[in-house]
Amino acid sequence: MIDWSIIAEALPAFWDGLKTTMLLLVIACGTGLVLSIPLAVARVSPHRAVWGPVWLFTYVMRGTPLLVQLFMVYHGLAQFEAIRESFAWTALRSPWFCAWFVFTLNTTAYTTEIFAGALRATPSGELEAARSFGMSEGAIYRRILLPSALRRALPQYGNEVVMMMHATAIASTVTLVEITRVARDVYYNHFAPLESFGVVAVIYFILTFGMAGLFKLIERRALRHLRPTASGVA
Amino acid sequence: MLHGYLPAILGGLQSTLSVAATSLAIACLFGILGAAAKLSASPAARVTAGVYTTIIRGVPDLVLMLLIFYGGQIAINKIADAAGWGYIDVNPFIAGTATLGFIFGAFLTETFRGAILAIPRGQIEAGHAFGLTRRQILTRITLPQMVRHALPGFTNSWLVMLKASALVSIIGLDDMVHRASLASAATRQPFTFYAAVALIYLALTTISILGLRWLEARYSLGVRKVEFR
Repeated sequence: MIDWSIIAEALPAFWDGLKTTMLLLVIACGTGLVLSIPLAVARVSPHRAVWGPVWLFTYVMRGTPLLVQLFMVYHGLAQFEAIRESFAWTALRSPWFCAWFVFTLNTTAYTTEIFAGALRATPSGELEAARSFGMSEGAIYRRILLPSALRRALPQYGNEVVMMMHATAIASTVTLVEITRVARDVYYNHFAPLESFGVVAVIYFILTFGMAGLFKLIERRALRHLRPTASGVA
Repeated sequence: MLHGYLPAILGGLQSTLSVAATSLAIACLFGILGAAAKLSASPAARVTAGVYTTIIRGVPDLVLMLLIFYGGQIAINKIADAAGWGYIDVNPFIAGTATLGFIFGAFLTETFRGAILAIPRGQIEAGHAFGLTRRQILTRITLPQMVRHALPGFTNSWLVMLKASALVSIIGLDDMVHRASLASAATRQPFTFYAAVALIYLALTTISILGLRWLEARYSLGVRKVEFR
């Protein structure tokens, strides 16, 4: 039924593809994480001039398909002569840059909304206590709001990282040889769907639950203070 | 407008919408079956539904779509070969909608299951006490209230699925994204066409959010809300 020799032969290619997938995931989620913390703070601001642009950004990024966003940048930038003539063109036309840029903006939009939601869920008493201690706004964010909000956001953020890992499969459409692209190549060489797509489906499955387990561990450590104790009193 | 390619793009929109609507119908079917299986008394049904939702959560939609499209193609032709029917081409519309429906059926399974569980047990018991049949309990008590509980999750799944419908262009369906790529190749203006497609998707998202919000308000008419002073 399954031709194991095809899988064995393609194993090194699958391994390289897996590394590319993980690298893309790490650089996109890493940049997205750094960008979305200040954006989430702006998103919950009471001033329309501050939260408005962030809202528009997340609305547009979350309301359009990632595939279309990627094509807009990868195929679309060449339309503008000023970009084609610019010194950065060799970098801008590479699939790596486009995938990193688009995936980062995409995950930033979702992560910003997740963090903003967690910030809004802060118990108002914590904020009042910090203010009555005379903490500056900056110190309140650094010491009270962000540490507890980012912890609260962990389960949802873990979901977002897994979704992003699945989304990297879309990079296969712009010649980036990540694991789905490897599967498509193996498929076209042998016309063997199980030995190509079936194998990567299993790999994604293992990665998904591996990462879910990892996030559970991090949650258990970071949210230790919220766990019920034996006596029933925290 | 759009160098005369607007009608072509709008034609693609029609095919995108029919993919999304058909997938939604299939997803609802899988969702209802899945929820019924998860709440059923039979362990075999519960395990099957559990395996279904777990696998879907673990594999990207694009990979599942490629697996079902190409795998289905080969499986069907093996059967056709054995039966002597000759070569059969799998229709990308059927493969695409079946895959999207199968995937989002798993998400709707959880949504529907939660919605059914959110209905207080006492109401079902009251129905039995009044001598209602199981069918009457379903249509008069469970379903009308389930809609309200299911709508937020349903909205979310629909929005994700609408965007995932762009992937069917990869297995050769002539949708909006495919039309945009043809128009880009002809006019050398890819940014314009992909941006137009993105705007249409954004409009669809906005219309969906507003429409479903209206529905949610309608189905929550009898619900008292907390009033803050």
